[in-house]
Amino acid sequence: MKPAPFAYAKARSLDHAIELLARPDGEARLLAGGQSLMATLNMRLSAPKLLIDLNGVKGLDGIAAKDGAVEIGAMVRHVQAERSADIARYAPLIALALPHIGHAAIRNRGTLGGSIAFADPAAELPACLLALGGELDIAGHKGKRTVKADDFFKGLFETALGPNDVLTAIRIPAATTETRVGFAEFARRHGDYAIAGLAACAKASGAGLSDVRLAYFGVGNTPIRAKNAEAALAGGDIEGAVKALGGDLDPQDDVQSTGAAKKHLAGVLLRRVAKQLMEARP
Amino acid sequence: MKIAEDNPSTLSALDRPNSYIGRSVPRPNMGRLLQGRAQYVSDVTLPRMAHVAFVRSPHAHARISSMDGALAKKAPGVIAVVTGAELAEVITPWVGVLTHLKGLKSAPQHAIAVERACWAGEAVCAVVARTRAEAEDACELVQVDYEELPAVTDPETALDSGTRVIHPEIGDNLCFERVHIAGDPDQGFKNADAVVEHTFVFGRHTGVCNEPRAIVADWNPGEARMTVYQGTQAPHMMQNLFAKHLELAEHQVRVVTKDVGGSFGIKVHTYADEMATVALSKLLKRPVKFVADRIESFVTDIHARDHRIHAKIGVKNDGTITAWEIDDLTGIGPYSVYPRTSGIEANQVVNLTGGPYTCGNYRARARVVFQNKNVMCQYRAVGHPIATAVTEGLIEMAAVKIGMDPLEIRRRNLIADDAHPSQGPSGIKFEALSHHSSLAHLDSMMNYAGLRAEQEKLRKQGIYRGIGFAQFIEVTNPSAAFYGVGGAKISAQDGATVRLDATGAIFCHTGVSEQGQGAEAVIAQCVATSFGVPMDRVRVIMGDTDNTPYGGGTWASRAAGIGGEAAWQAGKALRQNVLAVAGSILQAKPETMDIRNGVVVDLDTGKERIGLDEVARIAYFRPDTLPPGFQAELMATRHYVPRAWAFAFTNGIQASYLEVDTDSGFVKLLKHWCVEDCGTVINPQLVDEQIRGGIVQGIGAALFEQCLYDSRGQMLNGNMADYLVPMAMEMPDMECGHVVTPTADSELGAKGAGEAGTAGAPGAVMNAINDALRPLGAKPLTDMPFTPDKVLRALGKI
Repeated sequence: MKPAPFAYAKARSLDHAIELLARPDGEARLLAGGQSLMATLNMRLSAPKLLIDLNGVKGLDGIAAKDGAVEIGAMVRHVQAERSADIARYAPLIALALPHIGHAAIRNRGTLGGSIAFADPAAELPACLLALGGELDIAGHKGKRTVKADDFFKGLFETALGPNDVLTAIRIPAATTETRVGFAEFARRHGDYAIAGLAACAKASGAGLSDVRLAYFGVGNTPIRAKNAEAALAGGDIEGAVKALGGDLDPQDDVQSTGAAKKHLAGVLLRRVAKQLMEARP
Repeated sequence: MKIAEDNPSTLSALDRPNSYIGRSVPRPNMGRLLQGRAQYVSDVTLPRMAHVAFVRSPHAHARISSMDGALAKKAPGVIAVVTGAELAEVITPWVGVLTHLKGLKSAPQHAIAVERACWAGEAVCAVVARTRAEAEDACELVQVDYEELPAVTDPETALDSGTRVIHPEIGDNLCFERVHIAGDPDQGFKNADAVVEHTFVFGRHTGVCNEPRAIVADWNPGEARMTVYQGTQAPHMMQNLFAKHLELAEHQVRVVTKDVGGSFGIKVHTYADEMATVALSKLLKRPVKFVADRIESFVTDIHARDHRIHAKIGVKNDGTITAWEIDDLTGIGPYSVYPRTSGIEANQVVNLTGGPYTCGNYRARARVVFQNKNVMCQYRAVGHPIATAVTEGLIEMAAVKIGMDPLEIRRRNLIADDAHPSQGPSGIKFEALSHHSSLAHLDSMMNYAGLRAEQEKLRKQGIYRGIGFAQFIEVTNPSAAFYGVGGAKISAQDGATVRLDATGAIFCHTGVSEQGQGAEAVIAQCVATSFGVPMDRVRVIMGDTDNTPYGGGTWASRAAGIGGEAAWQAGKALRQNVLAVAGSILQAKPETMDIRNGVVVDLDTGKERIGLDEVARIAYFRPDTLPPGFQAELMATRHYVPRAWAFAFTNGIQASYLEVDTDSGFVKLLKHWCVEDCGTVINPQLVDEQIRGGIVQGIGAALFEQCLYDSRGQMLNGNMADYLVPMAMEMPDMECGHVVTPTADSELGAKGAGEAGTAGAPGAVMNAINDALRPLGAKPLTDMPFTPDKVLRALGKI
């Protein structure tokens, strides 16, 4: 379990990182918290020629609530977000999800940007970003751009990030008194990737809900919006929403679970999360 | 030294002044381990040491058509690229058979596959380089062409005529078969009012050690000696095997075992890659190190279990069991593992099934078949969890069928506490067991009646909790009946040598070994007590075949019961020798004196006569002052082996209390209890740690762990993310209780405690899950591990 030989460069700035990425001498990978990347290198599942370390780049680790949004730098570590008052107040869905991510040692090193850019379909944060209708700031050699979460996750470990792009921040709408969030997952052991999980966000609208966004993880190649169920839930029909999942999700078997069990668990999650959404925010 | 918890032994024979028997003495090695100053094999670095990495077969079964190491040989840092055929010049192959397992057969296994790889993960080529990283880089440059062969991966069809025979030279894929019939099972089933029949399945799993297997072999041509630093449970066994297969005399091999980061039975076998490492050192005339990484551990560390058992019980309406029947099929690897064989677990299942109960009408068949999967051998509690879960599963199903409480049906069938010596349905002999007292202790400890009432109340609220039991017996303190009679050079006896140093402290050299379980502490307690010094004046030396008495090491829960007794007796013998010296100094009769707390005292009054330091000073530096003709003997050796009984069986009972989320199929463990009887408890804390750790591994089997293989023989989850070891968050609180029935075979009276937790936990959890789901009409779950998927299917939800 030793990685194949690679070169290492510590980026001095964002521009430097982009410049290093653009070098034509072979595949380069960005190193953020390393919690997924180092394992794949050691298992020789990937063998990049160059690792570009983002840990020395300034300005990527801020959390700021402004203009009705929360901006989270890509290098913010899970533990930092867990302890952030702004996250607790303005991004309660992320606060709910964080304790489920790995273990304390992993959360000490792992970054939010790294998790989202890696886009493991069973990971919590990509689904949260999708449920919150967030957006992503990306810098590349052609300049900066912003991509909506709905357009970011393209396929299995495939995102809108190009080979020369760096994810610099994510932005989500700040929670208001009308915001309702819910989160639940089923994992065999605490801290494991979930067999199935659900991150949800909605607006309280009278006695009901509007703008319901349900993002499942662990049930497909990407985090998946369950749009039929969203519509049913907005109409107040929980059981109808559970039925509608049949048209939204088609999970396949994996090493921990059959697709049939995942599909069943998606319904159980929906009932539990719908209850959270409908409860008044404390 | 702080003593955390006192639980003085009730045994007066051991109740010497300053006795450490029955006390939770902290481990002497704790400081070293906690300060990071332990020395594991990974820490061993020698001058000119090279590292080996192996090219491993990606196929479950393949002919090696060609191999080209030319590119690898030119890679940076590479010292040698060695094929199986080249290494076979240095080390001979082996065959894992024992003569007392009649008919057991296997094929010769080489250190590195020669023409054919028989499982995915078998080494086909070794690359030795300056560093492990360079060796791994060069492994990728070795060109191997394989011709894939059909893989045998389903035990159920392994013996079919259409299935390829893995080793044509031995005729078929049957490694071992045992049939045992006792009493009159047919009549027994005829006499039954109810017969319950079920199939139980036990997943293949493995023991995941914190420290992987590791070895440094150092051939010194100057003195024609091989020194092997190895994380092993049995240094003398390995000395014998290295010598035999390198064609050296045994005294040319020294095995040194320092700290070991967990074994669980994993490190008591012959591993091809470790044999290859030793051979490479001899070939290259320099030290070679191999440390298995986690990925290769999963496909080379022995796997265990993987049993499918059709089982049947007959029972009368009054609860009397009338007959048992089992048919066990287990799929091992392509070779029977050397030297303990891969037939022992199935053999144990036949031995142990029905063991706690009086019904002697028993029919059993066990078949062990070869598979193109990783090798299988003995892992903690060999066969016990299988036999226990089958027996206890059948009993609880029978209890339901006749409408009897699960504890009551046991009470009506367990061998009475005063009926010993006795025997089990397989003919195994029990010296003295305490099934009924253990059950009664558990009943009150867990407040069984109260839990039943709570369960009933919660069911009305739609909360489904279950209570499950598992009565068990445990094989410990094995005599030569285990391996010696079968021709394996594995010592059943063990020795201890105790030496007084020149200041009055003692050194104890023992043949048993420390794996992290606390054997060092237990040996120190025994010898400190029997000789008569404080614990801090005892130094225990273990794990060095040049410097310890010949012994078996640590396995089958033998270290405390056998090694402890040898140390106890050696301490006593040295006490007599030292008192003889003191007597000659003081002109007193030795029998009127004793050694207590490091001082020679008057036996009757306890009055101090002379310090040990003074005795040592005179004996070592002024022997001229001793009477003419008197020779002080300040070193004593004693050996011990159980003779009266083949095994010191222990017994106990476990209970699991859990809740099943019937929507999700997830099981939440609420509480676990174990009452066991390991005879004299030398160190209560270490015994309870063994029980709890064992329970956790048993829970792993019940709920989490399984080596998943596809039909082509590829392991699908060989990493720590996908192979689920039980972790703290999911574990229940565990309460331990003890009943003490010492063995009369030794003065100490201690039996083993290492297997008890693992033996009972899977059956208890299984029974609790089925108890929880019974009101919902779910089909009994008997296919471990019980994943949410399987629970949902049993509930008809998917």
